[in-house]
Amino acid sequence: MSDVCIVGIGIHRFGRTDGLSGLQQGVHAVRAALGDAGVDWPQIQFAYGGSDAAGNPDTMVEQLGLTGVQFINVKNGCATGGSALFSAQMAIKSGEFELGLAVGFDKHPRGAFNALPAEYNLPDWYGEAGYMITTQFFAAKIMRYMHEFGISPTSLGRVAEKAFRNAVHAPHAWRREPVDLDTIMGAPLVSDPYTKYMFCSPAEGGVALVLASERKARELGKPLIRLKAATMRTRPPGSFEVFAPSIDIARGGSATRIAAADAFRQAGIGPDEIAVAQLQDTEAGAEIMHMAENGFCADGEQEAWLAEGRTELAGRLPVNTDGGCLACGEPIGASGLRQVYENVVQLRGDGGGRQVPGSPRTAYSHVYGAPGVSAVTILER
Amino acid sequence: MRPIAPGLFTEESQPRLVGGRHRETGRIVFPCPPGDDYVPFPLARQGTLWSYTIQRYRPKSPPYAGPEAFAPWPVGYVELPGETIVEARLCEVDFAAIRIGMPLELTFVPLDPEAPEPVLVHAFRPARGAA
Repeated sequence: MSDVCIVGIGIHRFGRTDGLSGLQQGVHAVRAALGDAGVDWPQIQFAYGGSDAAGNPDTMVEQLGLTGVQFINVKNGCATGGSALFSAQMAIKSGEFELGLAVGFDKHPRGAFNALPAEYNLPDWYGEAGYMITTQFFAAKIMRYMHEFGISPTSLGRVAEKAFRNAVHAPHAWRREPVDLDTIMGAPLVSDPYTKYMFCSPAEGGVALVLASERKARELGKPLIRLKAATMRTRPPGSFEVFAPSIDIARGGSATRIAAADAFRQAGIGPDEIAVAQLQDTEAGAEIMHMAENGFCADGEQEAWLAEGRTELAGRLPVNTDGGCLACGEPIGASGLRQVYENVVQLRGDGGGRQVPGSPRTAYSHVYGAPGVSAVTILER
Repeated sequence: MRPIAPGLFTEESQPRLVGGRHRETGRIVFPCPPGDDYVPFPLARQGTLWSYTIQRYRPKSPPYAGPEAFAPWPVGYVELPGETIVEARLCEVDFAAIRIGMPLELTFVPLDPEAPEPVLVHAFRPARGAA
């Protein structure tokens, strides 16, 4: 079976771009990715496109060219981008195609996502009483985790501080001003223990990746960046998810844990062989919990990891080298693909001021979100 | 006493939350899901705090149906031993005094204290006689 290679990457800057639709940002990313790969749109044999709230991705053929290309839309909650990539690599692995595209974009209104109970199979009273709030869930989840595993509020602050510091060097990031730890810790609380710097915001942006079979990648003369694993999993029993009026006393695993275990098995390597990682950081605590859920450390060890700077650019395992969701914001359809984009940048050595030293050869990406879904990739060069 | 939704609390002098017990697995959840898989199961009134946060901004309407006036409230998950962990507001407690593991008991609070006939929502307060 052919390895799948990423031969082109393109991004539209994350954040706020007034006057440009989410779909137009996706088109921008596609053109950039095609240019990077050195191929023209008519050569693209198939596309998978993901967007949660910014329209039907396949309609971008009007701007890219009516080549009759197979173009399939993907909508899969917070795993939308990861699912588009998963599907695209399967198309090439099957042997049916040699060159294709995964694209994701979104454009969300300002402020927290406005969810209604009926969309989540919940009774109306749950929303009326003021429970339909994502930040409540995130805060309650980390509060329990901190209690169980001895994580301090300062560690939450360190994650946010690192995100903004890294993003200074990421041209596609949204918030590119450093924020010091005292400012982060002293900022108004949104939902305890999180201050306003510790949550990401809904945002806008687009990312596209051109995928090729190994044969095609060699023909294009591109450096071989192999997609060694791409997994997408849903939640097992006993996980703790957003909008839960009750949870089981018997606690269980998580979608992340099984997606991660699957990915490492597929790639045939272990967590200690990963050189750089992009982990879902909807909030500062998510990055901390996901360090353990993805297998990089044991629960509780994050306290020492962060104090020692082990997830900094020059640390043992640099995490969220472009500032992650905290600094880039979260356009749902594009977010998972941004992580892969950033990993390709790192593996090519093109990270500039945010480049991980030592010529990394392996890179890991992980998304997690509602309603208990996770997608993981492992790249190798 | 007018609950925010019918059937959410039992009708007795000390009302309880109506959860659901799965007919086959015995799994207990709150609220009781519609359909035949779960039978109504009144939940314990006493539990311990499993986790919490403070809701520090007014939720968006819709779906929030509370008053325009807003004051932060604590909200958490309360473990009812042997049953389930329910999400609930906390009341009658200083924010700074909230501790995971503290004993709590069920009570009911008006969604809008200023309303002439307010609907009631469930909440937990420190258990009487608890240290």
